[in-house]
Amino acid sequence: MAVAASTETPAFRFEMLWRDERYRSLTIQAIAMIVLMLGLTWLVNNAIENLAALGKTFDFGFLSQPANYDINQQLIDYTSRSSNARAALVGILNTLLVAFLGCVTATIIGIAAGVARLSNNWLVARLMTVYVEAFRNVPLLIWILLTASIVNTSLPSPRDYRGLDTGPVVVTNRGIYIPQPNFGEGSLILLIIFALSIAAIFMVRAWAKRRQESTGEQAPVFLIGLGLLIVPSLIAFFLLGRPISLTLPELAGFNFQGGIQLRDSLIALWVALSLYTGAFIAEIVRAGILSVSKGQSEAAFALGLRPNRAMNLVILPQALRVIIPPLISQFLNLTKNSSLAIAVGYMDATGTLGGITLNQTGREMECILLLMGFYLIVSLSISAVMNLYNNRVRLVER
Amino acid sequence: MSDTHAETVAYVAKTQYDPQPPPVASSGVLGWLTQNLFSSISNTIVTVLAIALIIYMLPGMIEWAVLHSVWNAESIRECREIITNAFGEGATGACWAVIHERFGQFMYGYYPPSLRWRPDLAAVLLIVAMVPVLFRTMRPLAVAMGVLLAAKALFAVYAELTGGNAELVGPTTIAAVIFGVLALVFGSEKTRPYWLWLTFAYPVAAYFLLWGGLGLETVESSRFGGFLLTAVIGVTGIAGSLPLGILLALGRRSNLPILKAICTIFIEFIRGVPLITLLFVASTLLNYFLPPGTNFNIVLRVLIMVTLFASAYMAEVIRGGLAALPKGQYEAADALGLDYWQSMRLIILPQALKISIPGIVNTFIGLFKDTTLVSIIALQDPLGLMKPILSNSTWNGIVWELYIFIAFMFFICCFAMSRYSMFLETRLRAADRR
Repeated sequence: MAVAASTETPAFRFEMLWRDERYRSLTIQAIAMIVLMLGLTWLVNNAIENLAALGKTFDFGFLSQPANYDINQQLIDYTSRSSNARAALVGILNTLLVAFLGCVTATIIGIAAGVARLSNNWLVARLMTVYVEAFRNVPLLIWILLTASIVNTSLPSPRDYRGLDTGPVVVTNRGIYIPQPNFGEGSLILLIIFALSIAAIFMVRAWAKRRQESTGEQAPVFLIGLGLLIVPSLIAFFLLGRPISLTLPELAGFNFQGGIQLRDSLIALWVALSLYTGAFIAEIVRAGILSVSKGQSEAAFALGLRPNRAMNLVILPQALRVIIPPLISQFLNLTKNSSLAIAVGYMDATGTLGGITLNQTGREMECILLLMGFYLIVSLSISAVMNLYNNRVRLVER
Repeated sequence: MSDTHAETVAYVAKTQYDPQPPPVASSGVLGWLTQNLFSSISNTIVTVLAIALIIYMLPGMIEWAVLHSVWNAESIRECREIITNAFGEGATGACWAVIHERFGQFMYGYYPPSLRWRPDLAAVLLIVAMVPVLFRTMRPLAVAMGVLLAAKALFAVYAELTGGNAELVGPTTIAAVIFGVLALVFGSEKTRPYWLWLTFAYPVAAYFLLWGGLGLETVESSRFGGFLLTAVIGVTGIAGSLPLGILLALGRRSNLPILKAICTIFIEFIRGVPLITLLFVASTLLNYFLPPGTNFNIVLRVLIMVTLFASAYMAEVIRGGLAALPKGQYEAADALGLDYWQSMRLIILPQALKISIPGIVNTFIGLFKDTTLVSIIALQDPLGLMKPILSNSTWNGIVWELYIFIAFMFFICCFAMSRYSMFLETRLRAADRR
C-alpha cells in the first residue's frame, strides 16, 4: 500500500522548484544561464556604447592595410608596406619558431639535468639541485632580461672579429650567424631521396621488430639505420653535382653579411626559455624515474636483460607514462611564456599583433581577440595531442 | 673425540678478537669520497669536470660580489673610482650602493615616505594573519615578532653608530610587541579559532592601511610600487584564487551540465592564453566593457585579472585532488545523509585539498613569480622600477646588481614557500599514519 502511494507522482507545486532535488538542479542551471546571459548582454552593450562614444567600429579591415613598421626577425618575406595580417603572420611564425627551438633544447637540458640529479655522484647531483632551484624560484622575466643583457654586454661585437678568420658559426652580441643553405638545381631530388631514406629506416626497424618477435633473431638496426641515413643521400649529393651549397657569414663593414642571422633577442629568449623550462622538466623526469619501483629493474636484471635493454624495454616505457603528460603541459607553458618576448624586443605574435599593430591602429578589441584566439588554438591543439596520448597509454583497469 | 678433532685442525682461535675497523677506503671521509665521487672512472672524470667548473666560476663571483663590492657611493663613477683605488686598475666589483640608495624605492615604490609605516604595519599584520593558517599553534608568531624586534634593535644600534637616525618606537614596534606577547600568552592550539578571526579581518585592515580612509590619508594606487606592489598583487591573488578555484573545480565536476560547461569553458579559456594578454585586457580593454564613464584604477584591474588567472590553474589542481579521492568517500558522505555542501565541507574537500597541497603551493609560487609581468604594462613593480635607474646618468651602466638583488628577493620568498609545502606534506603524512 505504501509502495503504491510512493509510485504515484505528486502534483507539481511551485516550491518544489527548490525543495525537490529533481527540479532543483534545473532551477539552479536556469538561474545560472539567465545570470550569465544577462551579464554577457550587459558587457556587450557597454562595449557597443563605449565604442560608439569613441567613434570606433568593430571590424577587421585594418588587417589588409599596410603595417608601416619593420620586423627584424622574419621567416617569410615582409616589408613595412606589407599588410597588418602579414605582420601578424610573421609574428605568429616567430612565436612558433622560438617555441619549437625552446621545446627541443628544454627537453634535452631537462632530461640531462633530471638524470644528473639522480646521479650517484654527489657533486653533480648537488650542482643540478642548485640549477633547478635557482631557475624554478626566480621569475622567468628576470632570466630573460638577464640573458639579454649578458648577450648584449658579454659577447664580442662584430668589430672584434676584424682581421680574424671566422668559422661557419659566428657568435656576436648582435646575434649568432649560421651558414645559409642555397638550394640549386636538383636539390629537390636530393631532399626526396633523403626523406625516402628516413622512411626506409622506419620500415627496417618495423621489419627487425617483427622478425625478432617471430624468430628471436636480432638485426643490427642501428648500423643499418645509420648507413641508410648517410650513404644514399651522400651518393646522390655528388652524383647530382653538389646541388646544395652553403653561404658563410662574412664580415662586411660593421656587420656580418650572408648566412642566417639569429637575432640577439631570439638567442636571449631561446636560452632563457630553455633553461627555465628545462629546470621544470628536470623535476618531471626525476619524478618519472623515481616512480618506477625498484622491483621492476631488479626483475629485468633477474630475467637476464643487460642494463641498456632493461632501461629501454622495462624502465623507460613505465617512466614515460608518468613523464609525458606533464612534459607536454610544460611545452604548452613554454609556448605561452614565449609571449614575454615583448620584453626583449623579439617580434612574436604578442609583439606584432598585440604590440605595434595594436598601438598604431588603436584596434584593441580586435587585436587582443585575434591574439587570444591564436594562443587558444595552439593550446587546445596541444591539449588534444596530450589527451590522445593519455588515452593510448592509460592502464586498462576494470 | 673433540680432542682428536682439535688436533687435526691447524689453527683454533682461543679468545674472542676485538672487531677491526673497516678498511680505510670504505669508511670515513675517504670512504665517502670513493663512494660518492670516485666510484668509477667515468664518475671520476665527471667529478673533476664539476670541480673545475666550480673553481672556474666561484672565486671570480665571490671576488666580484663580496670582496670588491662597494656599499656606499653616490654614483657608479664613484663606485668605480673606489674599486680602482683599492684593488688596482682593471679590477671589477659589484656596486651595491645603488641598492643601498634606492632601497626605499624598491620596497615601497613611490609611496609617500612619511606614510611608509602603514605598509610596514600591514606587513606585520600579514604575519599575524598568516600564522594561524600555516601553523597549529601561535608559537611561530612569537618567534617571528621576537626576530623582528631584534632586527629593529640591531638596525637602531647600527644607525646610532654610523650617525644616522632610526626610529625605534613606531607603530610597527608596538604592534610587534602586542602580538608577540599575545601569542606567547594565548598561543595554544585551542585559541586558534580566535586568531583565525584576525585572519578574516585582515583584508579590510590592510585595505584601509594601504589605500587610506577611516581618518588615514588616502594614497593613490599609482604610487604603489616595488615589492609592496608585488606583495599586494601576490597576496590578493593567492587569497582570492583559492576559494574561487575551489568553486570552479566543484562546478566542473558537478552533475549540472550547464554549470559544468560554464566552468569548463572559463577554465580552459584562461589556461589557454598567456597572462600577458589578460594584462593587456586589464590595461586597454576592460574599460570598454564597463558602463561608460566608469574608470577604476589599473592596480585594481590587474588584481582582478591576476586573481581570475590564478583561480583557473587552482581549479585544475583541486580538480585533480577531487578526482584522486576514492569513490567510497563520496558514497559514504551520501550514506550519512549529508547534503551536497555538508559532504563537500566536512568529508570531501578536507581530503582533496590535502592531496593537492603540492600543486596548490606550486600555483602560488607561479602566481608570485608572474607578478613581475605587470612591469610590461608599465606598473612600477621592482622590474619596472629598474628602467628609470638604468637610464639615469648617475647609475647608467649598472645591470647585474639590480637583477641579482631582485632575483634574490624572489628566490627567498619562493624557496620559503616550496619548503613550507614540503614541511606541510610531512606533517600531514604523519597525521595519516596515526
